[in-house]
Amino acid sequence: MTPSHQARGLVLSRIRAGLGVSGKDRTREAAVEEHLRTHRRGTIPARAHAEREALIELMTTMLAAQGAEVTRAATSGDAVRAVAEDLRNHNLPSRLRMGADAQLATLPWDMMPGVELVFGPANGEDHMGLSCAVAAAAETGTLVLVSGADNPTTLAFLPETHFILIRASDVVGSYEEAFDRLRATYGEGTLPRTVNFISGPSRTADIEQTIVRGAHGPKRLHVVILG
Amino acid sequence: MTEASPQEFKHNASRALEDAKLQRALLNVKRGFIVKRSLARSKLPEFGKLREEARAIKDHTLNHLDLYLEAYERKVVESGGHVHYAPSTADARDNVLKICKEAGARLVTKGKSMVSEEIGLNGHLEAAGIEVAETDLGEHIIQIRNEPPSHIIAPVIHLNKEEIAEDFVRIHRGLAPDRPLGTVPDLVAEARAVLREKFLAADVGITGANLLIAETGSSVIVTNEGNGDLTQTLPKVHIVVASIEKMVPTLEDACTILRLLARSGTGQEITTYTTFATGPAREGDPDGPHAYHVVLLDNGRSEMLGGDFQDMLRCIRCGACLNHCPVYGAIGGHAYGSLYPGPMGAVLTPALYGIDHSRDLPNASSFCGRCEEVCPMAIPLPSMMRKWRERDFERGDPPLVQRVALRLWAYAAKRPKLYHALGATIAPLLARLAGSRGRFSTLPFAGAWTHTRDLPAPQGKTFHELYRETQGSESQ
Repeated sequence: MTPSHQARGLVLSRIRAGLGVSGKDRTREAAVEEHLRTHRRGTIPARAHAEREALIELMTTMLAAQGAEVTRAATSGDAVRAVAEDLRNHNLPSRLRMGADAQLATLPWDMMPGVELVFGPANGEDHMGLSCAVAAAAETGTLVLVSGADNPTTLAFLPETHFILIRASDVVGSYEEAFDRLRATYGEGTLPRTVNFISGPSRTADIEQTIVRGAHGPKRLHVVILG
Repeated sequence: MTEASPQEFKHNASRALEDAKLQRALLNVKRGFIVKRSLARSKLPEFGKLREEARAIKDHTLNHLDLYLEAYERKVVESGGHVHYAPSTADARDNVLKICKEAGARLVTKGKSMVSEEIGLNGHLEAAGIEVAETDLGEHIIQIRNEPPSHIIAPVIHLNKEEIAEDFVRIHRGLAPDRPLGTVPDLVAEARAVLREKFLAADVGITGANLLIAETGSSVIVTNEGNGDLTQTLPKVHIVVASIEKMVPTLEDACTILRLLARSGTGQEITTYTTFATGPAREGDPDGPHAYHVVLLDNGRSEMLGGDFQDMLRCIRCGACLNHCPVYGAIGGHAYGSLYPGPMGAVLTPALYGIDHSRDLPNASSFCGRCEEVCPMAIPLPSMMRKWRERDFERGDPPLVQRVALRLWAYAAKRPKLYHALGATIAPLLARLAGSRGRFSTLPFAGAWTHTRDLPAPQGKTFHELYRETQGSESQ
């Protein structure tokens, strides 16, 4: 095995030899610095430029096409009712796991009597998980979730049913707008451990190109848009 | 391992054409990928513009790859991760094994990664007594069949569900042998249950990366099943194996490429999951790995920079060129005898392993140009295949008949008078010899060609003669 300090030098020097450059060329360094600092946007699809209500409609259509269920909840009470109804309709066990997210905590969960709320990361035993998205990019119906003390990533992948709550005011048009929101929270050039783009329930088409939902992640995704 | 070699391409291809099961399975490429891509493409009017931008992003990145790697590395370290450079495949697999050993790993789960196939990772870890579980459904099937994948994004496109059901009965122990496995959902449900146990028990999770982002030090995986996420979230160590050309500068650049990737590959607007991982779990995070390592593979890529094949490094492994290639569609991926089949493989395989090892692959093309047409990174695949053919010819390896014929042709082609005289003599002669059928079913020195098809005969006049006649009649 090539010793690690030599390995690094070897790869970099081979690259420089191939390109016919040195590692200390100010013009090249400036070009890279400029590109990273300005992080210019490319073309954003026209469909992502629209009023919020139109974006919500686009997001709903895209998510439905990708096999997710979407409910619009005018009030936080409606949001809780949407979750409760889903559990009832699908005869799901009355235990819902979620993160300690402040937004989720403000919902009137007492309107859902008989459902036990549990907090923290999911294990293999949980049937239902609830996450809170920080943004959604309507262009492809993509929810943006971030890891953090109050947002376990496992909630989005281990349970068979996954609920995502997104506030209507957090729906934006494009991925780039969603990333700008993350930059505003975490700073330039910094991301939380995990940023998940989720655009539907888990699926596979590996066998004979036949689409089957619930490959390894959730079989069902229910998105509740609040507001 | 029933691995074919590119040196036996012709033999493999003939066998593939006669394999009825394979031919049935390959129909799914046409029914699925091609139709879906075309639909997704038509729904995004900006596709062409994004393609030009993506090409420019990658060209810029490759021309500054040393600097972007350094910038990327700084960000990974800043977020608490580790970067390991691997000049060769041996360095890469040794690095991974070392990390696994230090973590005391007994079970490793894996997300789908072509680079891990390239470095022969599974065998290396298993030889050290570590159990490796592939968790992508297609890769799981490939693993239990002990086969290489036949497609870069659809590893088992060469199989039918009945064959997979037989494998499941054979390998998945402790289940009723007469359980129903007749439908695709049956098979998916069983794999889910079997692999769920592995996810929860794994000590190390290994994924590939569709993109590496210099701005943030992130690795990006693009999946539908969610297996990649379980792989990189549940175990205490996450190792990313990625090749150096996966780099893009910024999140914005990643967005541009992501808009092309799924649409070109599976024909989805976006895959179900696109995940950006940056370093290990942060303080206070309730889940996620405690350690994050990136093993960066070179294996010949740096030598492609600045040369005839640099453009190939723009490839984002969407699989569109495979799906649209008439040769791939006829014989499937295994016949190529290379991990990277189809048009992208015909260019990349000789670059990574040498043209003497794979000289038939750049010839396995009808030069119809569809691969370049559908390539989201506008990689000139046909002209690069032609370059490999030129290099191969210059080395003097092609068969004697081919070399002599080409040299004779070149001699005449450089002497227009001779060429015209020969043409005017030979064309009518061949036309007469072919008779009323207008075709030859056998020809001396061209048995390989006429064995499977007829050679059309000239119609009796040369192009110049016909051109003169047409021009004459038009000017009247």
